[in-house]
Amino acid sequence: MSALGRIVRSGVARKRVQTLVLTLTTMLAVTASVLAAGLVVASRAPFDHAFAKQHGAHLTARFDGSRATPEQLAATAHAPGVTATAGPFPVLTLRPSFGEGGGGPDPLPMTIAGRPAPDGPVDDVDLVDGRWATTRGEIVVDADGPPFPVGHKVTFSQAAGHPTLTIVGRARSVGRSADAWVAPAQLTALTTRAPDQQMLYRFRHAATDAQMSAGRAAVTAAAPRGSLTGAGSYLTIRHKAQRETATFVPFIVAFGLLALVMSVLTIGVVVNAAVAAATHRIGVLKSLGFTPSQVVTGYVGKALIPAAIGTGLGVVFGNLLAIPAMRQEGNAYQTGSRTVAPWIDVAVAAAALAAVAVTALVPALRAGRLRAAEAIAIGRAPRPGRGRTARRLLGRLPLARPVSLGLAAPFARPARSVAMGLALMLGTAAVAFGTGLALSLNGIQNGLNQDEAGAVTVHVMGRPGMQAGPDGAPEAPAPGQRPRNGPAPTPEPADPAAIARTIEAQPGTRRYFSVSEARIGVAGMTSAASLTAYTGDASWGAFQIVSGRWFHGPGEAVAPSALLKATGTRVGGTITLTNAGRTARVRIVGEIMMVRDDGMDVLTDTASTAPLGIGFDPGMTEFHIDVKDGTDAGAYTRSLDRALQGVGGAADRNTAHISPTVVAMDTLAGMLTVLLVVVAGLGVLNTVVLDTRERVHDLGVLKALGMAPRQVIGMIITTVGLVGLCFAAAGIPLGMALHAAVVPEMGKAAGTGIPSADLNVFDLPLLAVLLLGGVLIAVAGALLPAGWAARTRTSTALRTE
Amino acid sequence: MIEIRAVTKSYDDGGPALADLNLTVAEGEALAVLGPSGSGKSTLLNLVAGLDRPTEGTVTVAGTRVDDLSETALARYRRRKVGMVFQFFNLLDDLTVIDNVLLPAQLSRMSRRAARDRAEELLGKLGVLQHARAFPGRLSGGERQRVAVARALMNRPPLLLADEPTGALDTASAADVRDLLTGLNADGQTMLLVTHDTALADACATRTIELTDGRITRMATR
Repeated sequence: MSALGRIVRSGVARKRVQTLVLTLTTMLAVTASVLAAGLVVASRAPFDHAFAKQHGAHLTARFDGSRATPEQLAATAHAPGVTATAGPFPVLTLRPSFGEGGGGPDPLPMTIAGRPAPDGPVDDVDLVDGRWATTRGEIVVDADGPPFPVGHKVTFSQAAGHPTLTIVGRARSVGRSADAWVAPAQLTALTTRAPDQQMLYRFRHAATDAQMSAGRAAVTAAAPRGSLTGAGSYLTIRHKAQRETATFVPFIVAFGLLALVMSVLTIGVVVNAAVAAATHRIGVLKSLGFTPSQVVTGYVGKALIPAAIGTGLGVVFGNLLAIPAMRQEGNAYQTGSRTVAPWIDVAVAAAALAAVAVTALVPALRAGRLRAAEAIAIGRAPRPGRGRTARRLLGRLPLARPVSLGLAAPFARPARSVAMGLALMLGTAAVAFGTGLALSLNGIQNGLNQDEAGAVTVHVMGRPGMQAGPDGAPEAPAPGQRPRNGPAPTPEPADPAAIARTIEAQPGTRRYFSVSEARIGVAGMTSAASLTAYTGDASWGAFQIVSGRWFHGPGEAVAPSALLKATGTRVGGTITLTNAGRTARVRIVGEIMMVRDDGMDVLTDTASTAPLGIGFDPGMTEFHIDVKDGTDAGAYTRSLDRALQGVGGAADRNTAHISPTVVAMDTLAGMLTVLLVVVAGLGVLNTVVLDTRERVHDLGVLKALGMAPRQVIGMIITTVGLVGLCFAAAGIPLGMALHAAVVPEMGKAAGTGIPSADLNVFDLPLLAVLLLGGVLIAVAGALLPAGWAARTRTSTALRTE
Repeated sequence: MIEIRAVTKSYDDGGPALADLNLTVAEGEALAVLGPSGSGKSTLLNLVAGLDRPTEGTVTVAGTRVDDLSETALARYRRRKVGMVFQFFNLLDDLTVIDNVLLPAQLSRMSRRAARDRAEELLGKLGVLQHARAFPGRLSGGERQRVAVARALMNRPPLLLADEPTGALDTASAADVRDLLTGLNADGQTMLLVTHDTALADACATRTIELTDGRITRMATR
């Protein structure tokens, strides 16, 4: 090995702490960068990734099984523009009930396709759990549907024979071709008539709505006349998926930028400090005959070795951390898991090593030009004169001497202190931003949970009717029991008024209101919107207000941001609701935060809807109940549920719903915040290690004069505490500014405004905690070297020059 | 003042630096420890100063068992019981002369007024008061050592320890420091001097011992 190689190797091995810090810092910086960049890039088109992987169907078409034979439908594969098909598969829409014998019907019908296998040329379904359904009695359900595990039972009481099927697998179709899959033989056994048929198509040109319309027209023309009963375009699903994806991008970009800036800064700090710490050594080497270029090469190499190890580890950890993060994100997008694009690994690694090389080169060139004697002199200690004024002035303050010495220490190496402070500032900004984001998301989640306002919700189910007995004779259910097995019940119309009376009579009821839903037209919109009509005072269970106020009576309404945008209406304006030729005008008094039905909803008092003549379906009515203080909500729910059975209602206790999207965002934000905090802490650690090593002789003198270990620790902690306090104070506004910029952008991407209550989450106690957090990062980074300094034997320290 | 009983000090990398050493220094005495490099002089000084601990034996200074103290108690001991003068002065370059001298008092939480008065008194007595606001780098070697002595005496320690106090000084400055230490001892200051400088030992010490390989090989009383 050459002399230069030996010097580089021994430098790396001898400065173990510095090497370790450089390795860890680079590793964490690269980990954060790979994760952030990977997520940003992956979030651009997750649907397209998964859709391409599954060869998703551009068009999911449903044909009337009585008007087209499977052979005729198979022949549509030759329609112009069609490049691949799957099917025909028999398909049915049924209402399921989950559990043995059914636990009450699920109000949402389920599209069930009879497919012999999950794979194929189109819609290559991902089996995420269990296996495919191959025989009768088995079913595979949508992985993003109700969370029932493999082995659970699902009953179709409306189907022929009222079969109960066992869930044998959970699968995900990016194109949402079905909610469940069974073997074709099982599907045909579920109905007594010819089932509909599903065909899945891929087209040569399917990028636009117009191209999709052309493809659909070609398929329609190729199939028997009038047999196509419905067709769904993948563009609709993609639009929805991308909107969800878009909500991630602003905060990931913000974290990514923080990580990248901090990476460059930290690497710069670490390498500059490493160079400065070894300037004395360089002087010695030059005095032995090393040329300036050898010194520069050796120096850059000494920085690059641990940096390269850190970069390699960072790439590995970034990818490993991205797996759960992306799976979480992928689940939120319903597009399956992905990995970091390889080019990101290469690009981040190259950028990190380039940053290390460049930052090492600048001080190394400076050191290379130094005369040997000068290098030796500079490398020993901070240049005399720096920070003297600060020391003198601080020494006059009525503070304990270790404290005033500690406060003055940052002024001895001002550039290094500022660099350390900037790392702390970014770390604190990350904590402030991450905390604010989590609080905002929590507030937004609570606001969106107003779908289930109050402690208890009563669903209007229909009163139990007569059902056939074993011999076909009518049989009434026993009092207090719901019909379970056996032929389909014949429900009688529910009576909402009777339900209301029952709720009022129930001990523990504090207040309640009911909501009924219907589809209506809104002047200025081409597609239908939802109407949510309230009976009773709903102000206590209102959705969060973005601007304006909740409605107070007939003629007033509130609406989500998306509907206001779609109709070009502002708060204070009027919109016209239409239904079967009738109209009703309501004044918009508030903009609310709501993403249900893509925000296409009008919420008003039931009396406002009278001119529309809507006959609300009792099955689409819910009662929301607030219970009195001290009432056991669980016992109340059970008691009310029993009382409601005779009038066609079912009570459910409300539990906080947590959106997987919010979980994914919280997970990512938490992970990135922790990484950035660790990087900031390591930056502090490295700086304090260097400072302590440089000042070890002075520490020895102070200890010889009687400075106690606790005072040594106090002095060093004070040194970083002051820097931490100042820069944390600057980092908090930066984090708040990021929060103020990013959260509304996320809302915009999700199609909603954000209420000010969810934006103004930083109160004084929180700011104090964040400030303390910044100081704690600094102190945590300094504790290790401070402890080392306190433990170092005075005689050893005094011998150190 | 100093009582060293059966002290042995061994380091990992070799034989004992001190071997079964017994030594007593009375109050008001000035003991000079002579000997070649590696004889154990500095080790002895470090043990008495509480900068290091013996492998075996006991070290008692002014009634305090030094070898038994915790690090915090040792710091308190160094503040109150001993003052140290080093060969290379060990003044903090970034503090002014008076701030260097004030350090021991500030670590002991002495009142600011009393500390300042004491520091100015010492600097005046040692002839360097005119440099009180200067930084040590501007002073000559002899002046720096006078400042170091002032700092060592700041808390009125019963014992002054000096490690080669003239070792880094020119002849004139060394004579200056010799006179200073002689005067201090004449005023009753107990001292332990570690030195190669026989002139210093002859001038200041009331008793001289010589160490060789960690053992006392010669003792002389003046």
